[in-house]
Amino acid sequence: MLTAECSPSRDRLKSMKDIAAWALNVADMRGASYADVRVADDRSRALSTKNGKVGGASDAESFGVGVRVIADGAWGFAASDDLSRAAVEATAARAVEIAKASARVKLHDIRLAAEKAVTAEWTTPFRIDPFTTSVEENLELLLKIDAELRGVAGVTLAETNMNFRREEQWFASSEGADIHQTKYTTGVGYAAHAFAGNEIQKRSYPTSFGGQWQNKGYELIAELGLIENARRVGEEAVALLSAEQCPEGKFDVVLEGSQLGLQIHESVGHPIELDRVLGMEANFAGTSFLTLDKLRTLRYGSDLVNVVADARQEHGPGLGTFAFDEEGVAAQSTPIITNGLFTGYLSSRETAPTIGLARSGGTLRAEGWNRLPIIRMTNISILPGERPLSCEQLIGDTDDGIYMETNRSWSIDDKRYNFQFGCEIGWEIKRGKRVRMLKNPSYSGITTEFWNAMDAICSREEWVLWGIPHCGKGQPQQVMGTGHGASPARFRGVKVGSAYRGSE
Amino acid sequence: MLNKGQAGEIFTRIKEFASADEVEVSFFSTANALTRFANNIIHQNMAEENVVVSVRTAFGRRTARATTNKLDDESLRRVVEASEKLARVQHADEDLLPMFAGNSKAAGEGARPTRYFAETAAITAEDRAATVEQIVGVAKRNSLTTAGIVSSSVAVEGIFNSRGVAEWHEQTSSEISITMLAGDSSGWQKANSPDAGQLNAVGLAEIAAEKARRSAGPREIPAGKYTVILEPAAVLDMVGFMFYDFGGLAILDQRSFLNNRVGTKVFGENVDIWDDVAHPLQSGAEFDGEGVRRQKVQLVEKGVVKRLVYARASAERMERSEYKDKVGPIAATGHGFSLPNEIGEAPMNIVFGAAATPQSIDQMVASTERGILVTRLWYIREVDPYEKILTGMTRDGTFLVENGKIQRGVLNFRFNESLIHLLSNVEAMGSLVRASGEESFDMVVPAMKVREFNFTEVTKF
Repeated sequence: MLTAECSPSRDRLKSMKDIAAWALNVADMRGASYADVRVADDRSRALSTKNGKVGGASDAESFGVGVRVIADGAWGFAASDDLSRAAVEATAARAVEIAKASARVKLHDIRLAAEKAVTAEWTTPFRIDPFTTSVEENLELLLKIDAELRGVAGVTLAETNMNFRREEQWFASSEGADIHQTKYTTGVGYAAHAFAGNEIQKRSYPTSFGGQWQNKGYELIAELGLIENARRVGEEAVALLSAEQCPEGKFDVVLEGSQLGLQIHESVGHPIELDRVLGMEANFAGTSFLTLDKLRTLRYGSDLVNVVADARQEHGPGLGTFAFDEEGVAAQSTPIITNGLFTGYLSSRETAPTIGLARSGGTLRAEGWNRLPIIRMTNISILPGERPLSCEQLIGDTDDGIYMETNRSWSIDDKRYNFQFGCEIGWEIKRGKRVRMLKNPSYSGITTEFWNAMDAICSREEWVLWGIPHCGKGQPQQVMGTGHGASPARFRGVKVGSAYRGSE
Repeated sequence: MLNKGQAGEIFTRIKEFASADEVEVSFFSTANALTRFANNIIHQNMAEENVVVSVRTAFGRRTARATTNKLDDESLRRVVEASEKLARVQHADEDLLPMFAGNSKAAGEGARPTRYFAETAAITAEDRAATVEQIVGVAKRNSLTTAGIVSSSVAVEGIFNSRGVAEWHEQTSSEISITMLAGDSSGWQKANSPDAGQLNAVGLAEIAAEKARRSAGPREIPAGKYTVILEPAAVLDMVGFMFYDFGGLAILDQRSFLNNRVGTKVFGENVDIWDDVAHPLQSGAEFDGEGVRRQKVQLVEKGVVKRLVYARASAERMERSEYKDKVGPIAATGHGFSLPNEIGEAPMNIVFGAAATPQSIDQMVASTERGILVTRLWYIREVDPYEKILTGMTRDGTFLVENGKIQRGVLNFRFNESLIHLLSNVEAMGSLVRASGEESFDMVVPAMKVREFNFTEVTKF
């Protein structure tokens, strides 16, 4: 199971076509007006180390079929790990039965935006299939990083991780779509913790909570300067213990790119999900302040704020990059914020017509074969500034402010207005210079006020397509990877430090 | 659904394919169905069936895991091979123990409450739709919009190893979560039980509707320190953030807020906390990721952190460590996660001690001069790992209490509150309930009235 097949054998393709045909025929016979089938073969590897030893080493594969139908004007979905003809047919029949039960509590029949059915084949571009790399060498690299981190006196815990995933999927619909896609993901990261006295500090690289993740092969690993940065990361973790506490007040804040990526994720990516806007996620993930009247009327941010939802390959190897979404709609780029104006939502075939769109924006995605696809972020990215500006120049241009790097905590209300982020490390900026390190930096605000306070963003050279591998949404909850391109940016007059207000 | 006999046969086949010194196989099999509703209609409705076989092999002190959901011989051969291939290239880990040799008869004796209910297992999509219809009926009678879930499932979990462990657990689960939405307010209720017969959909819907109606037209009041009455779901969603720190490995790794605090009074005198899988309101398997039976452990007694929980290897390491005299009794307690892992162990069947004189929410309100009643908290994250400061929002029913009465709904708050502070300032507790939230695993907790809860900001709704 661990040697990835470069191309599916003819037998395998044939059996996938058979499975799809069995399911679609039964759905049709039982009265479904629409059906689609997804067969997915998902393989992953997770390696990790802790304090000089291997922490985890595991491979996993999951292979199954999910059938989604509309019958009596309502949705049904059933999934099974059993790919025998009898089981696939029973699963399709079950999906129809579930749809008919759904129809018991409906107001209108489901209608889908039209989509041309296509036959297509696509694979993530990659140079090195990560599953062909040597586990021994992978572990050697992680242990070398670990040794660098623990070479710093005062580091009390060092952790590293490396993750690979390959998702192969066959999609077929009653409208005639026939799409075969294979996505590769590579992720890598590490963290140093330092405990002394009454505090635990932490530094991570390339960013926190699992590091950097992209839809790429093993080549990602070599691009990140992992070993070169390890010593500094360990030293910063220890230095934070004796750094000054970040002050409380209003400051100009410069955010490093991965933190800005998470800010986009929480305060742009989630509120633009049309299912949230329409109340479909009200019980769990919540709703959105971006009610339909706000489209093309709300000043979301300053003129410099340009955000797109772009799943196309030309946007880069993001965790939200694909050729087709999980209802067969081609990857698109949708303008979300255009020169500060709110211009678009993330949509699906079911939801697009509610905002007058003729076509879905192509954002329906599922965690695996056993989950119903729902609207998910693709790559929600802020475009870099057009005027050349490096991060050092941006700091140099800041008279009195705080620079913050790497997320430590994140929280936002269920309509996505009030947020608070904590970062691992900060630096006070005085007259264009970083003058001292600050520990426990945090900032908070209201989404639209914050984006309207953005007065500078670095240019293309500083722009990185960050990956967030662990976004949760839906019931049962589905974990999804999303991409967020960002370069460092500055926000004027931001509320800083309230996370520690009131604690003695 | 896989049964123990079939699992035993698969284990025998796997052993034949293996060349490793030791083999352990974990089984997970589910039939899970969830009906989702929003805008007073069923908008998503799913059912899934899956069997997962996870193989851990060990060559001396090297181990690794591989997992599949295919049970044919070829797939089982491949999963064994994958596990062995990964295990062979590991560095020897001097802390890795031989696989567990099985529970003594006395271990976990009498700790086998039934958690399988045939009526729950038999629930159909039609049945769930009928329940949703009733919930929507309550919404319509109150001119509200409702969203939520009705789910039912059967799950089995088992573990076998080449040293004789053969543990098996089968249970049903059911869950109802309901949000009721009005123009500018909302209310929420959620409940979960192995036995669907214990859940009262209409009752939950009516409470959620009442909360939505009573919090309509919310007013802004300033952030600051308030006495709060936290309903059980709000309590569990906060306290859940600390239990990963009650594992021995968390202390050995120096990542726990209990570093240098075990044996000291961390919380108020009125706080007792147990981990007890056998408690009648608890749920889940009676054995851990290595097949060790879960013991009942008193973690906190009168505010003093008394004990930690341990996987086998963590207990051995703790015995050899510089902390061994400072952490209370050390023994494998049956709380380990599947190996190999970095976390070690955690207590996952939390039961708070019952208050001597439990108070109802109404009684807590009646004794409050000025405070906030919190239905539910949301998006909780850890701000500070050692002081255990958490941030998050209130949601779906936040009320101002004045002069012993619920006065009105208020705009939702952001809090930044230390768990140490929270559990040191509990003025009153309710009776114990099985509570269910969204940020933490289900547990048995009371509602709490807490003084000086730290709200730092107000949002716009």
